[in-house]
Amino acid sequence: MNMNATLIGQAIAFAIFIAFCMKYVWPPIMQALEERTKKIADGLAAAERGRHEQELAEKRAQQVIHEAKEQANDIISQAQRRGNDIVDESKESARVEGERILTTAQAEIEQEANRAKDELRGQVGTIALAGAAKILNREIDDKAHTDLLEELVSRI
Amino acid sequence: MASESSITTSSYIKHHLQNLTFGEKQIETAAGTWEPTGQMGFATTSQEAAQMGFWAINVDTMLMSIILGVAMMWFFRSVAKTISTGVPTPVQNFAEMIIEFINDTVRGSFTGGKNDLVAPLALTIFVWVFLMNLMDLIPVDILPLAVAQGAALFGADPHHVFFKIVPSTDPNATMGMALVVFGLMLYYSFKIKGTGGFLGELAFEPFGKMALPINLVLETVTLLAKPFSLGLRLFGNMYAGEMVFILIATMYGAGLMLGSVAGLLQVGWAIFHILIITLQAFIFMVLTVVYIDMAHQHH
Repeated sequence: MNMNATLIGQAIAFAIFIAFCMKYVWPPIMQALEERTKKIADGLAAAERGRHEQELAEKRAQQVIHEAKEQANDIISQAQRRGNDIVDESKESARVEGERILTTAQAEIEQEANRAKDELRGQVGTIALAGAAKILNREIDDKAHTDLLEELVSRI
Repeated sequence: MASESSITTSSYIKHHLQNLTFGEKQIETAAGTWEPTGQMGFATTSQEAAQMGFWAINVDTMLMSIILGVAMMWFFRSVAKTISTGVPTPVQNFAEMIIEFINDTVRGSFTGGKNDLVAPLALTIFVWVFLMNLMDLIPVDILPLAVAQGAALFGADPHHVFFKIVPSTDPNATMGMALVVFGLMLYYSFKIKGTGGFLGELAFEPFGKMALPINLVLETVTLLAKPFSLGLRLFGNMYAGEMVFILIATMYGAGLMLGSVAGLLQVGWAIFHILIITLQAFIFMVLTVVYIDMAHQHH
């Protein structure tokens, strides 16, 4: 417990250790630590950026999918409309055609009927005249009666 | 051990508290009067060591502290040489943990701007003082016994070979470190404040120009108290802790009953001492940083 030259020896040893630490120990380790800190910070920033980009890409992809779906829907509804139109058109044309055929047929029938009527009318007059002549057995003014009969026939 | 009949408890304790001192051999010519012999050698008694005066050296303190300091520097230097900025190895991790702890502490306490010295200084102090204090946890008899038996091989009387393995229980070691810290305080005071600024601070504060002598006395005492308290606090704590270990060790010789109590006590005190040695190393470091920070402050 005596104070002696150890005091000075210790001070010198301490100073040497400090100097060594200051020159050869602290700076390289500190530099490495700082570099690593920077590296980690950069890595984290890059990861954050990547995540952000991925989010954007996902959003973009969803948008594209959404657009495609909409387009598909449009196409489908257009096709349906077109199909309906075609069906309607063909229905209409079929109806018109049918009607046309019907009218033609009706006209023909009417024509036939008229022709038959006319024929019938002529025959009826003649038959009636012959019948009347036979029934009456007397001469009749052909002309006057024909007029009368014709009037009768036209009223049939 | 204390059970050897030739050693009393008191001489056992004294033996453990004596450093291995190398200096000019002294001889007791009459009771109380010592004469130098002109030969260099190790002191064989405490009285002779005391008579060697200032120009003697405590070889055990120097040896242990330098071994520990070199081990510390070798460890950190080997880490510094192979350090990578990628994934650290476990050893590198351990060193980095210590260094980051020191760096955080220094950043928290030191406000004097950029200074390349303070952080390495704090690292050196913390680890070195911790290692020196750690020697306290080695059972008190192991190393001294080994050294004494080793010295006996060279013809020395093993009962008169002293060896104190805890350098921080030697006031020379702690005061030597405090002296360096004091030197740094003075250096930065003069460098930052200028000679006039620093002397003015000593002379004109805290009471102004009218009370110059009082200021001078107060400020000088304040200044000197810093290194003294720094060195003596560490010495006191370690000396007291070492003393308790020695006292516990004396109980081993007092029968099986007391011996087993001593075993428990030693384990308990050692566990508690882990806290003390770390804390004292930390306090020495923080106070050094604070003192050097104060040397940077303008009042």
